[in-house]
Amino acid sequence: MTRYILQRLLGMLAVMFTVVTIVFIIVRIAPGDPAAVMLGPDATPADIAALRARLGLDQPLVVQYLFFLGQLIKGDLGQSIFLDMPVTRALAERAEPTFFLTLFSILIASAIALPVGILSAYKRGTLFDQAVTTFAMFAASIPSFWLGLVLIQVFAVRLGWFPVAGYGGPDASFLTRLSHLVLPAVALGVVSSALITRFTRASMLDVLNDDYVRTARSKGMGEFRVVMRHAFKNALIPVLTVIGLTAALLVSGAVVTETVFSLPGVGNLVVSAVLRRDYPVIQGALLVIAAIYVLINFGIDMLYILIDPRVRY
Amino acid sequence: MAAVLSAPSPLTATLPEDVVLRAEDLHTHFIVGERAAKSVDGVTLTVRRGETLAVVGESGSGKSVTSLSIMRLLAHPGRIVAGKILYRMRDGTVVDLATLPEKRMRAIRGKEIAMIFQEPMTSLNPLYTVGDQIMEMIRLHEPLSRHEARRRARQMLELVEIPAAEKRLDQYPHEMSGGMRQRVMIALALSCNPALLIADEPTTALDVTIQAQILDLMRRLQRDIGMSILFITHNLGVVAEIAHEVAVMYAGRVVEQAPVEALFARPRHPYTKGLLACIPNPERDRAADGARLMLNPIPGNVPSVLNLPPGCTYAPRCPLVEPHCEGEAPGLVPAGPGHLSRCFRHELL
Amino acid sequence: MAAVSITPAPRLTTLMLQRKTLAIGLAVILAIALFALLAPLIAPYAPNKLSIVNRLKPPSGTYFFGTDEFGRDIFSRTIYAGRLSLTVGAAATVFACVIGITLGLAAGFFRRADAVIARIIDAMMAFPDILLAIALVAALGPSLTTVIVALGIVYAPRLARIVRASTLVIRELPYVEAARALGVPTWRIMTRHVLRNLVSPILVQATFIFAYAMLAEASLSFLGVGVSPEIPTWGTMIASGRQYVGQADWMTIFPGVAIILSVLSLQLVGDGLRDLLDPRLRKDL
Repeated sequence: MTRYILQRLLGMLAVMFTVVTIVFIIVRIAPGDPAAVMLGPDATPADIAALRARLGLDQPLVVQYLFFLGQLIKGDLGQSIFLDMPVTRALAERAEPTFFLTLFSILIASAIALPVGILSAYKRGTLFDQAVTTFAMFAASIPSFWLGLVLIQVFAVRLGWFPVAGYGGPDASFLTRLSHLVLPAVALGVVSSALITRFTRASMLDVLNDDYVRTARSKGMGEFRVVMRHAFKNALIPVLTVIGLTAALLVSGAVVTETVFSLPGVGNLVVSAVLRRDYPVIQGALLVIAAIYVLINFGIDMLYILIDPRVRY
Repeated sequence: MAAVLSAPSPLTATLPEDVVLRAEDLHTHFIVGERAAKSVDGVTLTVRRGETLAVVGESGSGKSVTSLSIMRLLAHPGRIVAGKILYRMRDGTVVDLATLPEKRMRAIRGKEIAMIFQEPMTSLNPLYTVGDQIMEMIRLHEPLSRHEARRRARQMLELVEIPAAEKRLDQYPHEMSGGMRQRVMIALALSCNPALLIADEPTTALDVTIQAQILDLMRRLQRDIGMSILFITHNLGVVAEIAHEVAVMYAGRVVEQAPVEALFARPRHPYTKGLLACIPNPERDRAADGARLMLNPIPGNVPSVLNLPPGCTYAPRCPLVEPHCEGEAPGLVPAGPGHLSRCFRHELL
Repeated sequence: MAAVSITPAPRLTTLMLQRKTLAIGLAVILAIALFALLAPLIAPYAPNKLSIVNRLKPPSGTYFFGTDEFGRDIFSRTIYAGRLSLTVGAAATVFACVIGITLGLAAGFFRRADAVIARIIDAMMAFPDILLAIALVAALGPSLTTVIVALGIVYAPRLARIVRASTLVIRELPYVEAARALGVPTWRIMTRHVLRNLVSPILVQATFIFAYAMLAEASLSFLGVGVSPEIPTWGTMIASGRQYVGQADWMTIFPGVAIILSVLSLQLVGDGLRDLLDPRLRKDL
C-alpha cells in the first residue's frame, strides 16, 4: 500500500512539474514584448524597461525559469498587473463561487448519471436503455453556455424562480448565494452527466455478467442488493476515474458558465485577465486549476484504497 | 406452455418420498429474435435424498443451463419454456421451481438449494472479505446477530478444512489460492445447511491434486451432512469418484441414465461409449493394440442447438447409425435395471 | 498482407449506411456542410445586411429565425457562420492529427523520446481543454489562425496517446521486428505497418475531436477570447444574443441548435465508426 501511495505521489509530482514547465513556456511564447503589451500603446520605453526589470523579463530564460520555480515553491504567483494585488489573493477572493459551482455540478451530474447509468445497464437493450444512450449523446453535444442562457430565459426571466446573474453582492447571505448557483450548476451538471452516464452504463455492463454477481444471486438476495452491493461497487472504480476526469471538464466549463451567469469566480477572472493580457493572473490561474485537477485525481487514486482491497498491496 | 403451478399438496403426492428434485421434460430456450436456441430440450432428471447425481456432457450439451434453470439464474434471454422442476422442501411440501414466484425462489436459493461454480477465482466478490461474504448469506436466511453469524462462518471454514479459520475470515479472495477459494465457496454454499447442493464443474479449474482434495471433501461432507448433490461435469473420471447415479447429456437431452457402476460396466448409448473411450486408459489401450497408448476422440462436433438434426441428435457422429436413426428421434427407454438409453440400437452395446 | 488490409471502398460505404445512427449522423453533418458551402445560394439575405427598421424581429415567413439587434437575418447568418465553425473544427482536427500522430509515432518508436513525450502528453491532458485553449490563444494573440492552432495543440495529446500505445504494441510484432532486422528504414516501417493499422482508431478519434473542437471554438468565441466578435460564428452569434435574453431569445436559440446538431451528428458518426471498425482493429492487433 505504501508503495502504491508513493508511486502515485511521485507520478503526481512529475505531472505537476511538467505542468509548471508548460505554463512557463505558454506564457513566454507570446509574440511581442509582454511588458509593452501590458502597458499599452502610450507607454514610454523607460516605463517598458522598468516593467521588464520588475517582471524579470530582462534576464535569460533559464534564469527566469529558475526564479519562477523558486517563487512557486514559496507559494508566490506574482503580482496582478491590473488588480493591484498578489495573484494568490485575487484567486483566493474568487475561489468560493468556483468551488461551490464545481462541487454542486459534480453532485448534480452524479445524481443524474449514477442511477440512470445503472438502470440503463440493468435494462440493457430496452427502450429505456436506448432513450438513455440517445439522451447522453445529446447532452454531450450541448454547449454549457447555451444551456445556461436557455435556463436563464426560462427559469429566471420568464418564471422568475431564480436570479438572472451575479452572486448577490458582497453582503448576500449564503442562501442567496446558493440561489445564484442553482441555474449554473444545473447547466454544467446536465452537460457533464452525459459522460458519467455513459461510463457508468459501460462499467456496469462489464460487471453485471461477472461470476460473483451470479454467486450473489445464488445466495438468494434481492436484485437491488445484488446490483448495488455486489455489481455497482465493482463498477465504481472506472466510474470514479471518470468523475475525476469530469472534474477537469467542469472547471473549464466553469470558466464559460461563470461568464454566462456573471459569477465572480476564478473562471471569470481568467477571462478578464486574458482580455486584459494580465499574464501573471493567467499563469497563476492555469497553475492552480491544473493543480486542482491533478490533486482531485490523486484523491481518487487514494479512494481506490478504500474500495479495492487489491490495491492495498 | 409451462405447467401451471397448482397447490403444493397435489404436487407432493407426485414425488416419491426419497426424491429431492425431479426435473420433468424441462425445456429451456434462449430466444433471440425469431430464433430459439434449444439449450435444454426435454430433460428429465431425478436426484435422490443423500445421493449424488452426476450430469455429464461436453460444453454445449445443456448441462450448465439445466443447473441454472433449476436455480432460476438463467441469464437473459434464457427462459424455461416448458416442463416442471419439482422440489421437495425440507418441510416436506413439494413446489414447482419452474413457475415459483421470484420472491419465494429467493428464499429457496442458498437456504434450500445452494450452488457452487466452476470458476473459484472469479466467483467470489473481490471487494469483500470471505467472512463478510459467508456472513451475508447466513444473515439473509437466518435471524442471527453479526457475532453469531461470524461464529457460524468460522465453523463453516473449519468444516471445509481451512486452517487458521479465524484469520481467514478477514482475508480477501485475492489473498487465497484457487483451491482455497473453492473451499470457501463450498463453505459459503453449505452455511445455511441446504438440502441440495448444485456443483457446476467445481473442480475443472483446479490442479489435479487440489481437485482430488476437493472431491474428497465433498464426499465426506455429503456423508456427514446427508445432503443431495447435483454434480455437473464433463469429466467421467470425476464422475466415477463421486456419483451414485449418472445422466449423460448430449445436445440438450439426456441420452443415457444409470447407476454409476452400471454405466461404467456397460454403457448403453454409443455416445457414452465414445466418451469412455476418450479417457486415457493405458491398460486397455495397451492390451488392445500392443504397446501403443492412444486416445479415441469422437469424430465430428456437437450439433448447434439452433439447428438440431430431425432424428437422433447423435446420428451424424454415431458409428452405429442406420437410416432409421436420422428420420425419427429415439425416446428414453429402459436398457437394464435402473438403466435408461435414448438409442434404438442399445441392444447392440 | 496488403491485399487483405485494404477494404474496398464501396463495401465500406454500404456497411456505413447499414448502420442507422451512422447514416443519420452522416446525413445531418453533410447537410450542414452543404448548407454552409452553398450559403450564398441558400441564404435569403446577405449576412451583414443591416436593416434598422427590422431589428429584433421574431421568426416569421420573411425572417425564418428572426433578426438581431441590427436587423440582420439570423437564418442567413447561421448558415454563413456554419462555414467558419466547420472550417475551424476541421482545420483544428487536421492540425491535431498532424501533431498527435507525429508525436505518438516518435514516442512509440524512439525509447529516448518516449520518456519526454509521454510526460508531456500526460501533463497536457491535466489542463481542462477550454482553459488550455484560452491560455494558448491569449499567448499567441487572438485570431482565426491562432484558434485553430490552439485547438489543434489542445487535442493533439489524445491522438498521440492512442498512436503511442498502438505503436508500442505493433513494433514488437514479429513481422515488424523482421522488417527492422532486414534493415527497412524506420520511417518506412512506421508509415507502412504502423499507420495502416492505426487508420481506424485515428479516424474514430478524429471525428470526436472534430466535435469537441467545434464545441470549444463556440466557447472561445462566446467568451470573446477567440475569433473576433465581428465575424459571425455560432459562438459569437450566441454571445451577441446574450444581451437580449428574454427579449429576443431566437438570437441565441438557433445558433445553439446548429451547434448541437453538428456536434451530435459528428458524435453519432464517431460512435458508429467505432462500432464498425473496432472488431477489425482488435483482430489486427
